[in-house]
Amino acid sequence: MIDVRLKRTYPGFELDVDLQVPGRGVTALFGDSGSGKTTCLRCIAGLERAEQGFVQVNDEVWQDSAKGIFVPPHKRALGYVFQEASLFPHLSVLANLEFGLKRIAKSQRRVDINQATELLGIGHLLERHPQHLSGGERQRVGIARALLTSPKLLLMDEPLAALDSRRKSEILPYLQRLHDELDIPLLYVSHAQDEVARLADHLVLLRDGKALASGPIGETLARLDLPLAMGDDAGVIIEGQVSAYDATYQLLSLQLPATEMNIRVTHAPMAVGQALRCKVHARDISLALNNDAASSILNRLPVTVISEQAADNSAHVLIRLDAGGTPLLARITRFSRDQLGVHPGQRLWAQIKAVAVLA
Amino acid sequence: MSLTSADFAAIWLTLKLASLTTVILLVIGTPIALWLSRTSSWLRGPIGAIVALPLVLPPTVIGFYLLLALGPHGFLGQFTQWLGLGTLTFSFTGLVIGSVIYSMPFVVQPLQNAFSAIGTRPLEVAATLRANPWDTFFSVILPLARPGFITAAILGFAHTVGEFGVVLMIGGNIPDKTRVVSVQIYDHVEALEYAQAHWLSAAMLVFSFLVLLALYSSRKTRAGWS
Amino acid sequence: MTPAATRLAPACLASFLAFFSIGAAQADEVQVAVAANFTAPIQAIAADFEKDTGHKLVAAYGATGQFYTQIKNGAPFQVFLAADDSTPAKLEQEGEAVKGSRFTYAIGTLALWSAKEGYVDAQGDVLKTNQYQHLSIANPKAAPYGLAATQVLEKLQLSEATKSKIVEGQNITQAYQFVSTGNAELGFVALSQIFKNGKISSGSAWIVPATLHDPIKQDAVILNKGKDSAAAKALVDYLKGPKAAAVIKSFGYEL
Repeated sequence: MIDVRLKRTYPGFELDVDLQVPGRGVTALFGDSGSGKTTCLRCIAGLERAEQGFVQVNDEVWQDSAKGIFVPPHKRALGYVFQEASLFPHLSVLANLEFGLKRIAKSQRRVDINQATELLGIGHLLERHPQHLSGGERQRVGIARALLTSPKLLLMDEPLAALDSRRKSEILPYLQRLHDELDIPLLYVSHAQDEVARLADHLVLLRDGKALASGPIGETLARLDLPLAMGDDAGVIIEGQVSAYDATYQLLSLQLPATEMNIRVTHAPMAVGQALRCKVHARDISLALNNDAASSILNRLPVTVISEQAADNSAHVLIRLDAGGTPLLARITRFSRDQLGVHPGQRLWAQIKAVAVLA
Repeated sequence: MSLTSADFAAIWLTLKLASLTTVILLVIGTPIALWLSRTSSWLRGPIGAIVALPLVLPPTVIGFYLLLALGPHGFLGQFTQWLGLGTLTFSFTGLVIGSVIYSMPFVVQPLQNAFSAIGTRPLEVAATLRANPWDTFFSVILPLARPGFITAAILGFAHTVGEFGVVLMIGGNIPDKTRVVSVQIYDHVEALEYAQAHWLSAAMLVFSFLVLLALYSSRKTRAGWS
Repeated sequence: MTPAATRLAPACLASFLAFFSIGAAQADEVQVAVAANFTAPIQAIAADFEKDTGHKLVAAYGATGQFYTQIKNGAPFQVFLAADDSTPAKLEQEGEAVKGSRFTYAIGTLALWSAKEGYVDAQGDVLKTNQYQHLSIANPKAAPYGLAATQVLEKLQLSEATKSKIVEGQNITQAYQFVSTGNAELGFVALSQIFKNGKISSGSAWIVPATLHDPIKQDAVILNKGKDSAAAKALVDYLKGPKAAAVIKSFGYEL
């Protein structure tokens, strides 16, 4: 478990968090700019020193103000990826990668160069210098470099923020592989919900220096009482298993957990039984009283209405649904709610276009 | 008519003085410049101003106060006497002390600028990659500040070669100890030995130009931090 | 202006200017280059000179050799009070000075001086001991007092013994400074630098007998730039006069 209690004051801002997040998997620190997520990350790394702080990562205590303990960052077994790669310009890519690797004892090296370069696809860049790399390449080198310190915790500060969307979609798969193949817990700071939705297992929502929520990603994203639900890209995660694949139409069938229900999504081929996570935006879910198959909308799921919440737009309303245990969020007009007479407990059909499912 | 052995002695002495001064300044100037570039203490202003003083003070002022300070009644003179070293006026060591003070801003300021330009990010990166502060200094700061070191060395050396006022005040014109080239040229002019003065001056001009040319040509431009 | 005024105006202006130029001719400035050793005496003389003649003395102090170079290169000096006789002679020969204006204004006396009371004995025997580390003299190549000092050491057969102790000041003033600040325990200075109102003003000294060195004849000369200057002529006359002589003697010079 990662136990973090921090208090840090700046003029005009105070970070005050008390978090316990899993010591495995990906935890996202999510919030708008100014919410304190970067400060929180830097305090955990020791790059900034919280006046009152307690940081324990699994079994290592890195800071305990009460006992006067503060382990300097270079003695913490962490890897840090900064927003702008920050590769050393006087060293080649290979020398950059080896920088941290050289400084840990051989007995502690669990990630080797080949592994890291293969994982991030940078094998062909080793002799180059950072000035001759693209933004995306630099970021991948930065990630590999951090990995090569065989850290007990990996920290990433908005690693995709400085990239354009093409580069982002180029790197996201690498990050997902990281998640899947390495056993290193990752603390990932971001203000992009879609990124977080794709990578995180656990979500911490920060605002104005305080943690508003901390919980498993699916559950937290589906909560109506958080500002998360208000955003334009509010939505839910669906984690399922591939049940079938239609090669002709490139349609993948995803079985929802603990049910017989399936949704279909366009996707590259995957083997049956493989796990897949996808996100559905609240704005892409429509509600119907009937199950009308004569429609282009491929996914029509039987759901129960759980609750309702006013949206940020006064003409809209947010509805929380339950699809056999999987929560869904739908954003509809108040007019439609009144037309359909939506109320808690009601049984409806949730309609999701296959093309709207993000996987 | 060309250079006499006295002239060569003066040249050799000047080179020794400039080299030793430059080395000393690089060694003591680096921690000073590092501190000035990173500290947020209130002392930064006063210390920076003190370091910069030789830029504006006439060398004769520095020389004059050194004459008093190094003498038997001055605080430095009393210290050196207590150490059993006598007084340092009229000695090569005294000139080194004078030159170190006189050329300090020319070494510290380029170093300070180079360190500031590096910023804090590379240092944080190094820390997250298991480098302790000393390690970070040698493996990150030094290489990135290399152009600054070259500039500092060039300026410190050249400035000391040209030193005159301070040497005049505390040197005593002793051959092989304090008779540097600038004083030697001055002596030749005073004694109306113009041909000697020409030869010596021309030799120094050519030498200095070649040194500067070699060093300036070797500086590679470096792309920005990315 | 009225027609009458326009005719009168130039005449008024002319007499206006003439009045001031006559007035200027009455109280002139004379630019003097003064050998460093004569600094104190000339300052004393200048005050009386101004009172008695109305002319102002503007002095620059320095080494004789340096002044020579400056004068050759067009420095604006009108009178030159050198520390030797050869330099004014040279200037006269080379046509930089008014022929026939050269005269000896003082004969310098050398003194072995220490800032410490009782350090120097009346025979200067301290020179022969080994207890001092630095002996300050003026640069012999540029200053006559420095040359005289080396002659004294030669005569006393101490040149070899003192060779490693010698430190050179660029001029007699700097030679004095090295001793006065204590950096050199001993030094050969001009008597005028340590002599006032008939006695040594501080420290201890040996007045070097004139037999031990070539006489330090200090000559003055009117330079070309002072050829037509009434003030320059007045100064030269004054220096030859009794009042100046008294001052000069009181500073330890011979005449």
